[in-house]
Amino acid sequence: MVEARNLLYMFYGFVAVWVILAAYVVSLVARERNLKKELTRVRGLIDERERAR
Amino acid sequence: MREKIIYILAAAAAVLLVRNLYVILLGLPDEAQQGPIYRIMFFHIPSAITCFIGFFAAGISSAIYLATKNPRYDAIDVASTEVSLAFATVVLATGSIWARIIWGIWWTWDARLTSMLVCWLLYASYLMLRRAIDEPTQRAKFSAVLSIFAFSDVIIVWKSIEWWRTQHPGPVLSIRTGGGRMDPAMEAAIYWNLLALILFGLVLVLVRLRQEETRREIDGMRQMAHAI
Repeated sequence: MVEARNLLYMFYGFVAVWVILAAYVVSLVARERNLKKELTRVRGLIDERERAR
Repeated sequence: MREKIIYILAAAAAVLLVRNLYVILLGLPDEAQQGPIYRIMFFHIPSAITCFIGFFAAGISSAIYLATKNPRYDAIDVASTEVSLAFATVVLATGSIWARIIWGIWWTWDARLTSMLVCWLLYASYLMLRRAIDEPTQRAKFSAVLSIFAFSDVIIVWKSIEWWRTQHPGPVLSIRTGGGRMDPAMEAAIYWNLLALILFGLVLVLVRLRQEETRREIDGMRQMAHAI
């Protein structure tokens, strides 16, 4: 019983490591996607304004 | 070129992590007194050292930023701090889970745990400060000062298990004790996982650094768009 609980908490520990790191990686990927969208939008805005001049 | 470096480092970290997981879960025996739960230490200790290295790099780049006012060092500062904070979260979470089994409690206000929590709060407030200030030069200057101040707590965290008698175990690695406190095979597994986590952390810092550069590029282009 004690051994099973010990093993279960070891599993929780490993899950915690991967969940925290994966959450950070996901946030990085989401930020990357937003930055690329923003870059395309601002580039489009500059092109539009230069054409209008 | 940087893309290639990121992919190579990421591949090396992935291979090492798979190899280390095999050794940690299947290669090493249970620890005599703690049982299987001690395996959490193979991530807890390397994550702690990785975050301390990251906070040290952030402190150094902050000092260089204050001396040179080069925005590149501000970017290194924020990238290092953010990634290190993720590893610091791993340290607090894994330590707490280990403590629940070994001490019977999730948390205690001892010197090591408290100083580590203060460290986490200081660097989290660094990221909040950056969000609160819009003007880039002012933001970089204030956050560099906070980063240097916060690093003083990292030194307290590192030395706390020598300065005070804490519930947290004392130093076990031979680099601090001179050896004899841990089985060499177990210690080797800690160093291998430290290498894997440092490589993984470096990949995350490089990706975050690239994002910071893109953000600066966008800010510059936005100013240009307003000027047209």
